[in-house]
Amino acid sequence: MLILSQLSGLLSAIIIFLIFVFLIFEMLPLLMRVDLLQFVNSNWSPSNGSYGLWPMVAGSIWVVVGAVAIAAPLGIAVAIFNVWYAPYIISSILQVVLALLAGIPSVVFGLWGLQVLVPKINIVQPPGLSVLAGIFILAIMILPTAALLSDATLRSLPKSYMQGAMALGIGRWAAIRHILLPAASTNLIGAIVLQVGRAIGETMAVLMVMGNALQIPTDIFDPARTLTSHMALEMAYASGDHRRALFLTGFLILLIVTTLVLFSVWLGRRQNYENR
Amino acid sequence: MKIGNVKEKIATLFFWITSLAVIVVLLLIVGDLLIKGYALLSIDYFIQPPRQAGLSGGISSLLVGTMVLVVLAIMIAFPISLGTAILLQQFSQKYHHFTNFIRISLDVLAGVPSIVFGLFGLKLFSEVLGLGWSILSGSLTLTCMILPLTIIGTEQGLRSASCKYGCCCEALSVSQWGALWNVLLPAAAPSILAGLLLALGRCFAESAAVMFTAGAVTQMPTSIFDSSRALAYHIYIMAIEVPGGTPHAYTASLVLVVLITGINIIVNLVTYYLLKRNVQE
Repeated sequence: MLILSQLSGLLSAIIIFLIFVFLIFEMLPLLMRVDLLQFVNSNWSPSNGSYGLWPMVAGSIWVVVGAVAIAAPLGIAVAIFNVWYAPYIISSILQVVLALLAGIPSVVFGLWGLQVLVPKINIVQPPGLSVLAGIFILAIMILPTAALLSDATLRSLPKSYMQGAMALGIGRWAAIRHILLPAASTNLIGAIVLQVGRAIGETMAVLMVMGNALQIPTDIFDPARTLTSHMALEMAYASGDHRRALFLTGFLILLIVTTLVLFSVWLGRRQNYENR
Repeated sequence: MKIGNVKEKIATLFFWITSLAVIVVLLLIVGDLLIKGYALLSIDYFIQPPRQAGLSGGISSLLVGTMVLVVLAIMIAFPISLGTAILLQQFSQKYHHFTNFIRISLDVLAGVPSIVFGLFGLKLFSEVLGLGWSILSGSLTLTCMILPLTIIGTEQGLRSASCKYGCCCEALSVSQWGALWNVLLPAAAPSILAGLLLALGRCFAESAAVMFTAGAVTQMPTSIFDSSRALAYHIYIMAIEVPGGTPHAYTASLVLVVLITGINIIVNLVTYYLLKRNVQE
């Protein structure tokens, strides 16, 4: 019995190991053959054998930074409201609604963005399919999870902090601002780092609303392509070195996300250690 | 003191307005989908297979394919997550380093984007194992993706059962495995179920991980080695690749959102029931 249990436990570790191994093996022949700088300073043109990933990296950075800059403060604000301002009934309803919204598929948000948001942006400045649309949709998508995670973090703070502040006659906002948020800051940052990881990995919604042009975006009304939508778009018909370059893109994302996750785990452990 | 009071008032107002605005915006989006999706909804939509690239007919074969895809993924994930959860919960002190290592692997696995799972599934299941574009290949990919979720859910259920009954079992000198099978697992069953249902919802919502592994065929699947298009991927295809497919994409979205929300509401009810039972005891 114990052996079975250990084997199944090992399986998760094996899967993550295999993911790394397969992606590395698939892209290694290309990586050995070409100059590494080529991925940074050339264009993406598989038929000419050049595989510059910079436009996609730039596209990903634009949307992810934009989306997290909107969703993180709003998510924390909703969580603060939920934990310390909302009456019990409202906060329990809010929690359920957020949990339900977090379950809505990304393609559905993408569809809404494509049909409602993109035409509106198009009026302001064509073509509408743009970095801005991607930022908006991504922010809306990660907001519920960001709020729920921050909510859990804030709720795990010792009750005595707020009670002590109230007993001293400190106002609610002053207590939150100067006592509770600083106490939760490390874990809140950890929660946001996880959301950054999710935003980088999100594929279908940004694929639908960003226009996927192969260019480095210069402002938020430009269409752009992210690393993830790049894979989704070209994987179906890619072969040879083209395919290897796409696996390299996947490996790049995996590396970034894994780093973020490990950073967030490290933050959490450090916080636990300090709280002891 | 005056300024402090004003600040407090402003902060309170700010948090009320922001939170309600966020919720209203999110609900408006869902409302928009429900209204636009309702137009094409009929009984026929559920019992007809798609015709003319999805522009007429319904989604019957896709529903069947997606159900099989998702249920198979959960069925494969269940024993694995049970085993892992038992290891993490019951033997964490005995095998401290091993369980710590597994926990970190789970954190990393939970962070891997679904499109990367798609690439991995395409390489391992479809090509190396020779499953091609098939439901089985898609299910296995989904299993890898949901494992962290089901394992953590199962472990939490076991932990709360163990908090309640663990000491009693030890006091009665029931063996560890005897206690596990006869006391802890039955007590943990509802919360394990909730975890699996949550993962079920995630699988239904997934499109990036299955587009390269389960394929895009719309015929009624006859075995798990047939390719079948997932419902979420169908929405993408109708919205982007089929001209004039938008109304159909909306209807499929409505079906999918209702399905997933229904599952999540059941999860919430189970969790609520568990909380209430714990409080009463």
